[in-house]
Amino acid sequence: MIDALKSVGRWLDARLQLGSTIAEVAAHPVPRSSASWWYVFGSATLVVFVLQVVTGICLATVYTPAADRAWDSLIYLNYQQPLGWYLRALHGWGSNFMVALMFVHMIQVFLFGAYKFPRELTWVAGCVLLLCTLGMAFTGQVLRFDQNAYWGLGIGASIAGRTPIIGFKIVDLILGGPIIAGETLSRFFALHVFVIPALLIGFVGLHLFLVLRLGINEWPMPGRIVRRNTYLQQYQELVHADGEPFMPFAAQKDLVFAGLIILGLLVVAAIEGPIGPNGQPDPTIIQTVPRPDFFFLWLFSLFALLPPWTETFLMLTGPVAVIGLLFALPFISGTGEKSWHRRPFSVVIVILAVTIIGTLTWLGTFSPWSPVMDAWSAVPTPIDYVKGRTPLELQGAILVQSKQCRNCHSLGGTGGMRGPALDDTATRLTRDQIVRQIIQGGGNMPAYGKNLTPAEVNALVAFLATMHPPGEPPARASSQ
Amino acid sequence: MDTEKTSRRTFLFRLGIAINAIAVALFAIPIVGYVLSPARRFTWLDWIPLGPLTDYPEHQTRLAEYVNPFKKAWDGETAKIPCWVRRLAGDEFQVFAINCTHLGCPVRWFAESELFMCPCHGGVFYSDGRHASGPPPRALYQYKYKVDAGKLWIYAGQLPTLGEPQA
Repeated sequence: MIDALKSVGRWLDARLQLGSTIAEVAAHPVPRSSASWWYVFGSATLVVFVLQVVTGICLATVYTPAADRAWDSLIYLNYQQPLGWYLRALHGWGSNFMVALMFVHMIQVFLFGAYKFPRELTWVAGCVLLLCTLGMAFTGQVLRFDQNAYWGLGIGASIAGRTPIIGFKIVDLILGGPIIAGETLSRFFALHVFVIPALLIGFVGLHLFLVLRLGINEWPMPGRIVRRNTYLQQYQELVHADGEPFMPFAAQKDLVFAGLIILGLLVVAAIEGPIGPNGQPDPTIIQTVPRPDFFFLWLFSLFALLPPWTETFLMLTGPVAVIGLLFALPFISGTGEKSWHRRPFSVVIVILAVTIIGTLTWLGTFSPWSPVMDAWSAVPTPIDYVKGRTPLELQGAILVQSKQCRNCHSLGGTGGMRGPALDDTATRLTRDQIVRQIIQGGGNMPAYGKNLTPAEVNALVAFLATMHPPGEPPARASSQ
Repeated sequence: MDTEKTSRRTFLFRLGIAINAIAVALFAIPIVGYVLSPARRFTWLDWIPLGPLTDYPEHQTRLAEYVNPFKKAWDGETAKIPCWVRRLAGDEFQVFAINCTHLGCPVRWFAESELFMCPCHGGVFYSDGRHASGPPPRALYQYKYKVDAGKLWIYAGQLPTLGEPQA
């Protein structure tokens, strides 16, 4: 039996000629120090990508990429297609896993100086893979053709439309027509299943080829300087003096980690279930609060918090600058120290980037800059704030609700966070100041002068003047 | 003998490159034209009826919807486009696009406080479309309108963005 298998193997190898190549790849020496748990993230990203291809193809057999049917087919996948919910969950959470692993891989590569000579183009190929993966994430979010997808396209088009002179034509090209419609979805489908995956597969091939040919980066040691004329020889000496064959020495950790990631994905997808779709992509349903997927929330936050006068400039030049810097990195610092112990500036960049993106993402999850659109009718006035108030003050309390003040101002911790909480207004503003603030607005508050009668203003101010904690007196004008 | 052979070989090779260069250039024309075709028209606008004037009481702002004049059979619900119609008095209107001028999210009208609010980044506009607060760089987009045969018509069809000449 075994002899028969062996003879089949020999027959195949005599014709395929792959055996020696595979053996060479498996046996190629890697530095002993590189067979570390820090080196497992790239392979895990690749494994998740392969899973995405598998689940993606499965979903494509049911999903209908037509604007009038896409949402229905997603609902069908979630509720009727056997295991459709699980495949959608695996694909959706798989994309989260892939983006997360890719960023961890990138940070590791950056901190370990792996992009330096002679691996500059490995890094550049990795940057292309980063853009492709984010492109897959965005186009995938569009294919989940729901309200978030519709208005997310509107946001994308509005950003592109800010390009000087040709902006409006770029919008037409992105949308496949003058407005978000059937051709928009078809365009993004073609990008998501043909164009970007083809680029991904091609550049993954190049990336891996370069890793094999140039050898995996050695563990960076402080003081071991990369020089163009000596590095290659030093590396060869290192892998021969203190190297081990890739298989199984380094691959075993990749295998274990990738296996755990797959198991983790299976569990997370089973517990969390499929992501969306939310409401059907009907633009006339305007009772919607569009939000992007997790990995774009930080951008969403950034657009709310940038000073408006810088916005168009930064929206157009920011991505070019950041992406340009990423690509240029190995050409700016292609030699020198690899160890993070000797590269404090790089460590600071990583800490800053992670902190900024993390904070913006966290802010994006509750978006304090957005009015809470239904707070005025859905969130009651706290009972303590109406106890013992005069009829005039109570009238003011009603106006705080009915004039939608609560959409931007909270009372008792509920309501919008756009403006300051009203619980202690009277300690910060005198009566006159409250009147002026309501009538003239300012400080990012609309002016209500035209929308309120003098009697209404009077009632509102009477109520707001009571808004101070029991032990704290209301503000007084210094002249009084 | 030898040089003659080489030159014939180089000639054929060069001819091959030339033929392919011409062929690829010709092939690229329909491909590029096809992909860029959505941008072939300068503007995508047409007059669209928004219903009889009686649908729009004076001094009020109402949500109206129209069907995209360039719709395809497979557009489904996305062919329907909403807009805000404010009737000042008589034949005097303001018709606002639904899209916030910041990043295109749908603004919502609050009749009690007479404000349009955007759910994305907190843009707020007054009843006449002027910017009231938040990040939007300009007033709400307005459609051209006309009153004809007892109906309100607007000149619409494309997504209004900051770069749009007709916005």
